[in-house]
Amino acid sequence: METLLPRHLDEALAATAAHPEATILAGGTDLMVAVAYQALRPAVVIGIRRVPELQEWDGRFIGAGVTYSRLERGPFAALAQAARTVGSPQIRSAGTIGGNLGTASPAGDSLPFLAALDAEVLLRSQAAERALRWDEFITGPKRTALQPGELIVGARLPEAIPDRQAFAKIGTRTAMVIAIVSCCVLRWDDGTTRVALGSVGPTTVRPRAAETMISTERRPSSAALDEFARLVSAEVSPINDHRSTAAYRRHASGVLARRLLERVL
Amino acid sequence: MTITKTPTVVAGGVGTSPIRPDGIPKVRGEFAYSSDLEVDGMLWGSTVRSPHARARIVSIDVAPALAIRGVAAALTIADVGGRGLFGLIEPDQPVLADGEVRFWGEPVAVVAADDRETARIAATAVVVHYEPLDPLTDPERAEELGETFRVLDITRGDPDARGEVVVEGYYEVGMQDQAQLGTESGLAIPDGSGGVDLHVSTQWLHVDHEQVVASLGLPPEQLRLHLAGIGGAFGAREDISLQIHLCLLALRTGRPVKMVYDRAESFVGHVHRHPARMWFRHEADRDGILRRVEARILLDGGAFASTSPAVLANAAYFAVGPYASESVTVHAAAARTNNPPCGAMRGFGAVQSCFGYEAQMDRLAAALGIDPVELRLRNALDREDRIATTGQVIVGSLPTRRVIEALRALPLPDEAPGDDPRRLPGGTGLTTSRAAVMRGVGFAVGIKNLAFSEAFDDFTEVRAELTADGIRIHTAAAEVGQGLVTVIQQIARTATGISNVEVVWDHTGEIGSAGSTSASRQTQMTGGATLRACEAVAAVALARADAESLDDEGAWRDDQLVMTLADLVAAGPIEHLERFRHPPTTPPDEHGNGDVHAGYAVAAHRAIVDVDPELGLVHVVRVDTAQDVGRVLNPQAVIGQIEGGIMQGVGLAIMEEIVIDRGVMKNASFTDYLLPTFLDAPDMTAVLIEEPDHWGPFGAKGVGEPPTISSTAAVVAAIRNATGRDLNRAPVRPEDIVGL
Repeated sequence: METLLPRHLDEALAATAAHPEATILAGGTDLMVAVAYQALRPAVVIGIRRVPELQEWDGRFIGAGVTYSRLERGPFAALAQAARTVGSPQIRSAGTIGGNLGTASPAGDSLPFLAALDAEVLLRSQAAERALRWDEFITGPKRTALQPGELIVGARLPEAIPDRQAFAKIGTRTAMVIAIVSCCVLRWDDGTTRVALGSVGPTTVRPRAAETMISTERRPSSAALDEFARLVSAEVSPINDHRSTAAYRRHASGVLARRLLERVL
Repeated sequence: MTITKTPTVVAGGVGTSPIRPDGIPKVRGEFAYSSDLEVDGMLWGSTVRSPHARARIVSIDVAPALAIRGVAAALTIADVGGRGLFGLIEPDQPVLADGEVRFWGEPVAVVAADDRETARIAATAVVVHYEPLDPLTDPERAEELGETFRVLDITRGDPDARGEVVVEGYYEVGMQDQAQLGTESGLAIPDGSGGVDLHVSTQWLHVDHEQVVASLGLPPEQLRLHLAGIGGAFGAREDISLQIHLCLLALRTGRPVKMVYDRAESFVGHVHRHPARMWFRHEADRDGILRRVEARILLDGGAFASTSPAVLANAAYFAVGPYASESVTVHAAAARTNNPPCGAMRGFGAVQSCFGYEAQMDRLAAALGIDPVELRLRNALDREDRIATTGQVIVGSLPTRRVIEALRALPLPDEAPGDDPRRLPGGTGLTTSRAAVMRGVGFAVGIKNLAFSEAFDDFTEVRAELTADGIRIHTAAAEVGQGLVTVIQQIARTATGISNVEVVWDHTGEIGSAGSTSASRQTQMTGGATLRACEAVAAVALARADAESLDDEGAWRDDQLVMTLADLVAAGPIEHLERFRHPPTTPPDEHGNGDVHAGYAVAAHRAIVDVDPELGLVHVVRVDTAQDVGRVLNPQAVIGQIEGGIMQGVGLAIMEEIVIDRGVMKNASFTDYLLPTFLDAPDMTAVLIEEPDHWGPFGAKGVGEPPTISSTAAVVAAIRNATGRDLNRAPVRPEDIVGL
């Protein structure tokens, strides 16, 4: 196994250009599980922890190397809460937002916040730079539009981010769980509401009909909240697996979205 | 010079909580576990496992593995020189699959190579051609087909007895994993003259020895088993895992061979708690006195027998729990399927039954309009009563009423949930505010037999020796982390007056069996043997010195030191080999009745839970307990067993389950098999009831299993109380509470 440890973004991009099929190692919280339990044996590994540009967090730009423990202390309440629910403190000190994007698990904890904001994912190769909206970047469960030679540089958030935001995640123990359902709700002062849910579809789900319906409700009645929950449940597409059932996930999606909305009203 | 003695009780004796000798090294990471063993020139072993729940093996080709540089051996069943089968009770499991694989993960071949990575690659290089067969995974279908390891029918009393009030129920318990922190591991070292030394983490060296020599085809003295450092057991180490494989590889290659399972392999490398399906019918008169109990219990034993016959017996014998009834019918069966094999786990069949009979007692209480705790008191067994199923008269202590009353007397905290998410359902996921929470309280009582049953010749050997420095205790008993080493020291101190006690773990060639570290038995068995051996040693020493007492300096008479320990030993060795047995038991007669048990312990648990009914999430707030312990030898160790056992019970109640789909395990990792964390640990208060038993040292009883018997039932009862739902299955899943 060849290991490259670039010290600057230019070096990192040169490394990915020279080894377009290389495996990128950031926090290693997903990759090392694959090494230990799926016998992944990459030929070339590019470790990007030492690349200072990827550690940057400048307003609306969050570098790919920003760890969950930094996100926990950041200014965005829902993202901070999402980061707080990731693994143990040790995992949060290692895992990064770029890794969460790169793995593209339907259960990725930072993804509902990024999806609710229609965040862009910034990608660079030696030849070019491009920005893809989150749903252009994540193309399926654990599938992305990342091309050989490209690096995830970070996520770019829109200027307008409401203060009223919340995130919650369902698991069957008090901490250290993979989401059975996760949900992020954002609400602007004009009523515009964005909702994103994890672990209830092949990628993060945006229940558009529910968003549209509730965005017109300035002071949603109890009946409107019920309808909102019903629409959320109708729009998710969960599966049965060893962690939960489709029926529970569908039910819990509506309950959780409604509770979060009530918290931000 | 005359030394005058100040009379003192020996430090660190029975009733105190001395620092355990392995405690500080474990906390500091300095304790050598079996996975830390290393020797120059050793090879690493790896196992080829079945990817099918059932398949015919068409062919196995190990040549591609042997062609890899650094690979020293690749073995199949054809390379097993001795008995091809092993098993704790009946040898029925192939050492390596023989013509057919019968469960997902069954060992098919083993390889050894210069390093762990090469061994892993070599295992993947073995080419096995399978022809998949339809697996039998439904235990009810298996019983219909007569595929059973044991069927036990118990009848007692008048089958036509009737009560005025009848409740029936169906219950299920899922498959729980022991999840011991140290995975299976060991090191086999060939001795150069055809024999082998195996260093391994196990619960019972001598029963491993029997099975390994049989499969190696060696004379017994050519195999020596040594106890290596053990990181927990809970039943997972009662069966053979890698013991035979390691010795086969070491003897074939002439080199030391080490194996360590990773967590995923550990999940398929040991047996689990039996999943259960249970039907009960309880009949009582208007006062709540049980008039008749009928039960049908079906355990899924998986592909091979392991301890299924004994687990089944426990489930059946305790189908009525710690309650009296003069009319009982139980039909119990352990089915043979193509699911992962099940066997020993803390509680050993008594956990499953308790989940059923305690739910029934609550139903009965509701049907009668009697307080559920009061109903239990009215039916509680005590000394001189008969066990409802077997009819055995209880000759030791069984203070069921005292246990229930002590627990009921504990104050029931009424503080409402606060806003700290760590103390709310949903936890740090922030799903739940306290306004969404419903509180519930549940009470359950459980009974467990102590030591081995049904006429098993259950014995323990201990050799005690006086040295110039103190007492040395030789044993082959497995210290699995439970603290046996400390209890042995305490008993030896109290028995002799000498505080300096060294415990030496002998190998199988040096001492006889200590029996299994299971069935809550070692404190009573190895502890009992230690007490007798030490009393014998002390008697010889006192006679030799014509003295009245001993301590670390020597023998004393009239407050004067008459002989030092060195002088005593110089006059000839003083030692005693004790083979200790508990009171004999009988096999069951044709009705399933008889004096099948050596003794009993009872415990009760009261759980308080907060539930978010809309999302089906649970936080266990408190689990208080009262436990019948006979006599407390080490208060801290007893509390440790109680807290850990309750945690294992909480896990089974709300999260721990191996999920099987068509024979395939879906969650063989700690990512997906969830264990309670410290944040899931409820507050606990424990009351220890001391009513000395008839045969343990100082009246002590084993304390390891009772904490897990009724804690699960109590937590689920509390969830029923909070939600009003029937909840007939453990673990309770969110969708069960929501009703989806």
